Amino acid sequence: MSNKVIHALYDDDDVLLKAVKDVREANHHIEEVFTPFPVHGLEKAMGIKDTRIAITAFLYGLTGLAFSVWMMNYMMIEDWPQNIGGKPSFSYAENMPAFVPVMFELTVFFAAHLMVITFYMRSKIGPFVEASNPDPRTTDDKFLMEVTLNGDENELTDLLKQSGAIETKIVEKH
Amino acid sequence: MSHYEAPIRQPLILGDKSYHDISNDIAAPVEGKANKWWWAVFSLALIAFLWGIGAITYTIGTGIGVWGLNNKINWAWDITNFVWWVGIGHAGTLISAVLLLFRQKWRMGINRSAEAMTIFAVFQAGLFPLIHMGRIWNGYWTMPIPNQFGNLWTNFNSPLLWDVFAISTYLSVSVVFWWTGLLPDFAMIRDRATKPFQKKIYSLLSFGWSGKAKDWQRFEEVSLVLAGLATPLVLSVHTIVSFDFATSVIPGWHSTVYPPYFVAGAVFSGFAMVQTLLIVMRKVSNLEAYITKVHIENMNKVILVTGGIVMAAYLSEFFVGWYSGSSYEDFTYLSIGAATGPYWWAFWALILCNGVFPQLLWFKKLRTNFTVSFIMSIIINIGMWFERFDIIVINLSRGHLPSTWTQFEPTFVDIGIFVGTIGFFFVLFLLYARTFPVVAQAEVKSILKSSGEGYKKARDNK
Repeated sequence: MSNKVIHALYDDDDVLLKAVKDVREANHHIEEVFTPFPVHGLEKAMGIKDTRIAITAFLYGLTGLAFSVWMMNYMMIEDWPQNIGGKPSFSYAENMPAFVPVMFELTVFFAAHLMVITFYMRSKIGPFVEASNPDPRTTDDKFLMEVTLNGDENELTDLLKQSGAIETKIVEKH
Repeated sequence: MSHYEAPIRQPLILGDKSYHDISNDIAAPVEGKANKWWWAVFSLALIAFLWGIGAITYTIGTGIGVWGLNNKINWAWDITNFVWWVGIGHAGTLISAVLLLFRQKWRMGINRSAEAMTIFAVFQAGLFPLIHMGRIWNGYWTMPIPNQFGNLWTNFNSPLLWDVFAISTYLSVSVVFWWTGLLPDFAMIRDRATKPFQKKIYSLLSFGWSGKAKDWQRFEEVSLVLAGLATPLVLSVHTIVSFDFATSVIPGWHSTVYPPYFVAGAVFSGFAMVQTLLIVMRKVSNLEAYITKVHIENMNKVILVTGGIVMAAYLSEFFVGWYSGSSYEDFTYLSIGAATGPYWWAFWALILCNGVFPQLLWFKKLRTNFTVSFIMSIIINIGMWFERFDIIVINLSRGHLPSTWTQFEPTFVDIGIFVGTIGFFFVLFLLYARTFPVVAQAEVKSILKSSGEGYKKARDNK
């Protein structure tokens, strides 16, 4: 099988959305779509599943909460209990009200940072990563659809042109 | 299509813009050259910053005895400035997080700069507790790490330690929120850069952002969850700052209304600072099409609401203090004693700047006027500085023992550090305005068809 793909360039988000639906209806595989801004409904039209990143954030938040409870229990109750202002440190539960702010802060700290790190890792973005958009105009005002080429390239090119593409280009993908 | 928006809603992007026009407008300040005004203001800010560095160096080298603090007034300008700067920071998070949850589209024109302001303001805030320690090199003692005292841990019962956790979480989460939103905009500048060095820098900053469909889906989800996390976070930060006072036993500080009152005050002062910066910026950076009268009016409405909450808190503090009949309450910062005592000028500055003048914003003519909004924002900034000064200095200047009664006199070092942080803040903001995409252009493009003036007109005239 060849590794050829067609890059079809669009200049309007509504045209693109319609084109994505048409191309999928014609049983072609859309490899990727590059857009300059979030086009709502695009992921649904492309058949991309919902992201589960919010679930990870919830789990990271629980981790942060558990960590803060463990940390303060160890430091304030077990390792070095102190009598502060006549309020002895007998048990975590009794002293808990004073620990709520730090429990909250660490929950947020863990959830936010670990979620963003997960996002960067899953989407393979980060310092020193090279950008992979094939055309520099896709961060400005153009939308690029990358379709796998199977069989007749003229037929697919026609379909893309008909759907409103302003440019099409056949590219060898490595 | 689904771009319909009621004609009664005013356009948020003026002029008949296309997607490409937006890219051009936002990239222009980055690609162009700074004008004379920029250099003039930047030089002024830099001089102030250098003066501040000198004052801080002198403080650290000699000790905090060089400040005007005395036996009775042991917190003064330093903590005033700390609370003032943290409060200013709150507007950025409110605009980017709370308004995102409420689906307010007008936030998109201003959220980037408001968040930048947040981060730079929290930098300034963080300086004050550190230098107030006197021995700044021991600052790491606030971290719960194993240490040379045989594992004597930090005290998690103390509001000052809660502050350490709150401020550091707030700063780091704000930076991450801001940076993630910046990625697509850095990528836009990267892809149109012509100079090789510029291209290299923006490639590095944009983290290889390419705008894939799945990345955008995650991007939007991450923004939403971060907004959900940042909303209670921002409320917690100033709540905890208010605990520094509210959990003490000093008359005037020991007050249960402090947390909501402080949060409202923070948003009040923060929005004022956003106004100060953006009213100038829209002119200097040619962003009149993106930061419009609608934005300024909406922010003035938030100022009016939060200012009202603050005023209600002043009145209740005043009334409850008087109603208690306690003679000690007659010297708190909101009392007849304060209004007629040696700090009468600070008391009236607070009442006039925060309570009386902002009421002018009830008039539509005034709150949609740029000059009035700008002057008002400066007045509120001053008023909110006085609020913190009054809370700290007036309350400390009178105690249970009349022989300790005293007043605070700032030294040139106190003034120098304060002016220095203002300089540092503007140095950072001016550098930001020349090198960063100052409007979240990717987000603005996504509302162009629904809220752009050209599209709205074409649709309504059909």
